[in-house]
Amino acid sequence: MPVKDYLRLRFLPHIWCPGCGHGIVMSGMIRAIEEIGLEKNEVVVVSGIGCSSRMAGYLDFHTMHTLHGRALAFATGVKLGRPDLTVIVPMGDGDALAIGGNHFIHAARRDIDLTAVIMNNRIYGMTGGQGSPMTPQGMRSTTAPRGIADAAFDLVELAKGAGASFVARTTTFHATELTRMIEKAIRHKGFSVVEVMSQCPTYYGRQNRLGNGVEMMKGFRDNTTSIGSKKREARPDLIERGIFVDEDRPVYSPEGLKAD
Amino acid sequence: MTSERPNMRFIQGNEAIAEGALYAGLQFYAGYPITPSTEIAEILSRRLPEMGGTFIQMEDEIASLCTIIGASLTGLKVMTATSGPGFSLMQEAIGYAVMAEVPSVIVNVQRGGPSTGLPTAVAQGDVNQARWGTHGDHAIVTLTASNLQDVFLMTVAGFNMAEAFRTPVILLFDEVVAHMREKVVVPGPGEIEIFERLRTSVPEGTNYHPYLRREDGRLPMSDFGGVHRYNVTGLVHDMWGFPSTDSTIAYDLLHHLVDKLENRADSIARYKEYFTDDARVLLISYGSSARSALQMVVDRRKKGGKLGLLELQSLWPFPAETVREKCEGRTHILVVEMNMGQICHEVKKVVSRPERVFLANRFDGIFISPGDILRVLNMVQGKGV
Repeated sequence: MPVKDYLRLRFLPHIWCPGCGHGIVMSGMIRAIEEIGLEKNEVVVVSGIGCSSRMAGYLDFHTMHTLHGRALAFATGVKLGRPDLTVIVPMGDGDALAIGGNHFIHAARRDIDLTAVIMNNRIYGMTGGQGSPMTPQGMRSTTAPRGIADAAFDLVELAKGAGASFVARTTTFHATELTRMIEKAIRHKGFSVVEVMSQCPTYYGRQNRLGNGVEMMKGFRDNTTSIGSKKREARPDLIERGIFVDEDRPVYSPEGLKAD
Repeated sequence: MTSERPNMRFIQGNEAIAEGALYAGLQFYAGYPITPSTEIAEILSRRLPEMGGTFIQMEDEIASLCTIIGASLTGLKVMTATSGPGFSLMQEAIGYAVMAEVPSVIVNVQRGGPSTGLPTAVAQGDVNQARWGTHGDHAIVTLTASNLQDVFLMTVAGFNMAEAFRTPVILLFDEVVAHMREKVVVPGPGEIEIFERLRTSVPEGTNYHPYLRREDGRLPMSDFGGVHRYNVTGLVHDMWGFPSTDSTIAYDLLHHLVDKLENRADSIARYKEYFTDDARVLLISYGSSARSALQMVVDRRKKGGKLGLLELQSLWPFPAETVREKCEGRTHILVVEMNMGQICHEVKKVVSRPERVFLANRFDGIFISPGDILRVLNMVQGKGV
């Protein structure tokens, strides 16, 4: 099916700014769902609040646009209510890791079969460019005019430490890799986390002089590398992309672990 | 061992809540431990899976309510239970359930507040929080009870109303009712009507509008995972469930959310009357304080006093018509509650002679006694303390 058949055209145009990376993530998610061959009625998309969370409404699945930070809790109810459905949770970095940080680590600890796609643009876009737990130290936001003092999370390490059984990272520049990773994450039985480094040229890019959307994506190309790549020996600052954790574990159920 | 009434039980209040919920068809429970409601979770963690349902202990009360809302959208009857601090954490998600019109039942076993307050002591200080705790204009259903048979019945009624009106229902009990033990007769199947979810008859392939009201004002639902895909949001939304900033849509939606309950306040109203026919002094009470109020009425009746009791079992929408009518012609109206006058204030608003309304209360963690109420009555009748 063409991508547009997975969209609610009545809902468009979307709210995303020119150059925003979230559309690439949505497209990757749709292609992954098509690749797996899921029927539209088998998919539930649960989101919270933020630019990325508007994605739920655009998609022609069962969709739920919930409260800031709480998407994983709502999604837990949907999944336990209908374990046969595929539940995907698109989130932003602030949504998933600041206000929703507790739900994130507990969803990972339970290893419940949800797919969290976290669009990490390192900023609160919808409210106009405030720092998030993923804004690197020293970078600017509207609430940190002299640069952010707080250290950022490493999302991959956090997800690993909390117990997620599938953890991956990619970027909007690597669109094919993105689709493949989301596909694997959806197929994975357990809590899957895909961090997608996404660009916000309007707020993060402008405040930090990172250029427009295309230039920010080139930054993803130039500042990341595959896991285990030799490039990192010369440039340890490169951010690794790839699948960090992919473990088969018994499927979670609140009544006790069940063999799949 | 055989028994004339095999379904007669001697149980704790929290168990009566759990039994009522199971009778009403509870299928999914999520919760977080908090005194004095914890037994509900403990009981359901054992009973619910035995009956094919799902129990999950969440990371906090916020997650608990969000989780049951998600489960409700898959077509299940859902509940969570908590107490004051947890109820505070749930307020945002209560608003979501109001806005998205998701059937859900929230038990608040009240304890002393504010904040951590008196965790093991009785209070009724969350009456207004149940009404106005979440932000924005809205309406809500809140039920309560003073004995365990009624706790059971009000729990069933709460589930029925959640389905009938597509709304969160607050079951506002208190520590005394939740922790005391009393006889409960569990009705046989079919003895009490159970409302099932109203589901759409719109066939697959035909447009289903999740927020298009029928002529009777009801909105038939479609379960997530079914043949109709739609959007659910906490934003102001149109009949498709799509966000809208259209002022006409916003006006219409807010009116609908309030009117569907406030315009049915009379049919939602639940109350009991004791000795009211010839009562000159009318006591109004609810929850465990109504037990002391009733005892005081019975005691005074033995001495010739013309006292009566109106026991409210629905607090919101406030049964204004009932209260106004029952208060007519009384010399004194005494509102008995364990807070600083939250229902007393409502009574004064609706009666024709508010100067005749007095408050007999305690809010120090000690259960109000018939003597406490009598002292106030003597005072307002000029008989000294």
